[in-house]
Amino acid sequence: MDKIEAKNVDFYYGDFHALKGINITIPNNQVVAFIGPSGCGKSTFLRLFNRMNDLIPGTRLTGEILIDGQNIYDKSIDIDTLRRNVGMVFQRPNPFPKSIFENVAYGLCVNGIKDKEFIAHRVETALKGAALWNEVKDKLKESAYALSGGQQQRLCIARAMAVEPSVLLMDEPASALDPISTAKIEELICELSEQTTVIIVTHSMQQAARVSNKTAFFYLGEMVEYDDTKKIFTHPAKEATQNYITGRFG
Amino acid sequence: MAIETNQAYNRRKRGLQAVAFGTFRLLSYSIAVILFIILGFIIIKGIGVINWDFITQPPTDGMTKGGIWPAIVGTFWLMVGSAVFAFPVGVMSGIYMNEYAPQGKVVAFIRTMTNNLAGIPSIVFGLFGMAFFVNYLGFGDSILAGSLTLGLLALPIVIRTTEEAFKDIPNSYREGSLALGATKAQTIWHVLLPMAMPRVITGLILSLGRVSGETAPILFTCAAYFLPRLPESIFDQCMALPYHLYVVATSGTDIEAQLPIAYGTAFVLIMIVLIMNLLANGIRKHFENKLKSK
Repeated sequence: MDKIEAKNVDFYYGDFHALKGINITIPNNQVVAFIGPSGCGKSTFLRLFNRMNDLIPGTRLTGEILIDGQNIYDKSIDIDTLRRNVGMVFQRPNPFPKSIFENVAYGLCVNGIKDKEFIAHRVETALKGAALWNEVKDKLKESAYALSGGQQQRLCIARAMAVEPSVLLMDEPASALDPISTAKIEELICELSEQTTVIIVTHSMQQAARVSNKTAFFYLGEMVEYDDTKKIFTHPAKEATQNYITGRFG
Repeated sequence: MAIETNQAYNRRKRGLQAVAFGTFRLLSYSIAVILFIILGFIIIKGIGVINWDFITQPPTDGMTKGGIWPAIVGTFWLMVGSAVFAFPVGVMSGIYMNEYAPQGKVVAFIRTMTNNLAGIPSIVFGLFGMAFFVNYLGFGDSILAGSLTLGLLALPIVIRTTEEAFKDIPNSYREGSLALGATKAQTIWHVLLPMAMPRVITGLILSLGRVSGETAPILFTCAAYFLPRLPESIFDQCMALPYHLYVVATSGTDIEAQLPIAYGTAFVLIMIVLIMNLLANGIRKHFENKLKSK
């Protein structure tokens, strides 16, 4: 069944027409990569799924975005509930200035969960899920800033996964990391897709090819092509896609 | 054709540079020198009268002898009082303006007015305090009226430091918190406020340091010319260090005999302000290290 469906999405920053008539369906428990040159609208599109662009003044959306069949821009939608269901990992690791434990527990606490045992159990599960547990289990009370950049990013993944979202948005999650940390994150993405639908924005075509089942290519605010990753990288239907993945522009 | 090196020109421009930077250096050093001269002057003149009795006894013999204890206590309560007023009001308006209010004409207007508030002469605050707190609200000459008046004076500083502290927090922290399903209020309370607190506290302490030295705002609202007993409630008048300094230096029974007391008072006042500023610095450093501990 399709997890996410976007219908005729147009998006504006003030007068700037950032996304033009985008239609896409994203199946459940898959990894979908958004690729394209800088400024093509892929991050803007990603941030529509948890209504992060609502924070930017002067933006406007037309069209519909359905998650589990429900239009998330409908007036009846509770944004906090939506965002708990649609987690997000950002380009730069952004742990809070709190302890490692508190960082992962944060999402549970702000959603009203008070049962300490439950929280502790969930934090452990999330940290294990993010392949970080063994590195931090003896220093859960220490500041998250004591971790390396790669560890911090995995902590942010654990933080997002602790509230068990059914969709996880990742906005260039490895672009600020070294190759080893990047490899760890990519491994994680594959495992995460067993529990959630993952949408990842990336500048690295190799990364898109390695982690995703489906790939969408964006150019100048339009979605040029969307297909199985294997097909996009071997037999793209459009010439623009071909040019981009072979590095002829972008 | 290669450009020939013009030796004379090069010498001249280096010389000019040396003179210019020399002047800058001299001027910036002279600021420190002026501060040290003021401090040194007060310390040399004032330290002679400082002893245990001076700190802990009320003035006696028509203020020509005795200590300044009531004035120290009065200044302390005025600082506490203005903090109790200015801190919550200032922090809440700062947060509202930076986090909640739609950035538009209204907020720009409030911000301009806040800055204008900071520019109003303190004697005008004093006059307002007398008209509003003392007479209209009927608090009389009291610690309450004085604290509120001083609090108004501290308010713009607290608002501005709060706003700036929140403005400097990168958006990624807000987004990170909201993306987990936290509300704006939860984000502010659990993530942003702890990060902004060191700078907010620093701003508060600095403003209190300034407030503690103000004479004009308490002139008509609180300060007592001579009141050897300690205040018992917020509706009592009190003595205060800056006003006491003014009184012993300009009026009284024997100005010659009072002069050392004036310098002693100035010494205590300046020490309080100095300690407040060092405290502010210490707190900021402490929290910065705690937040950054990389």
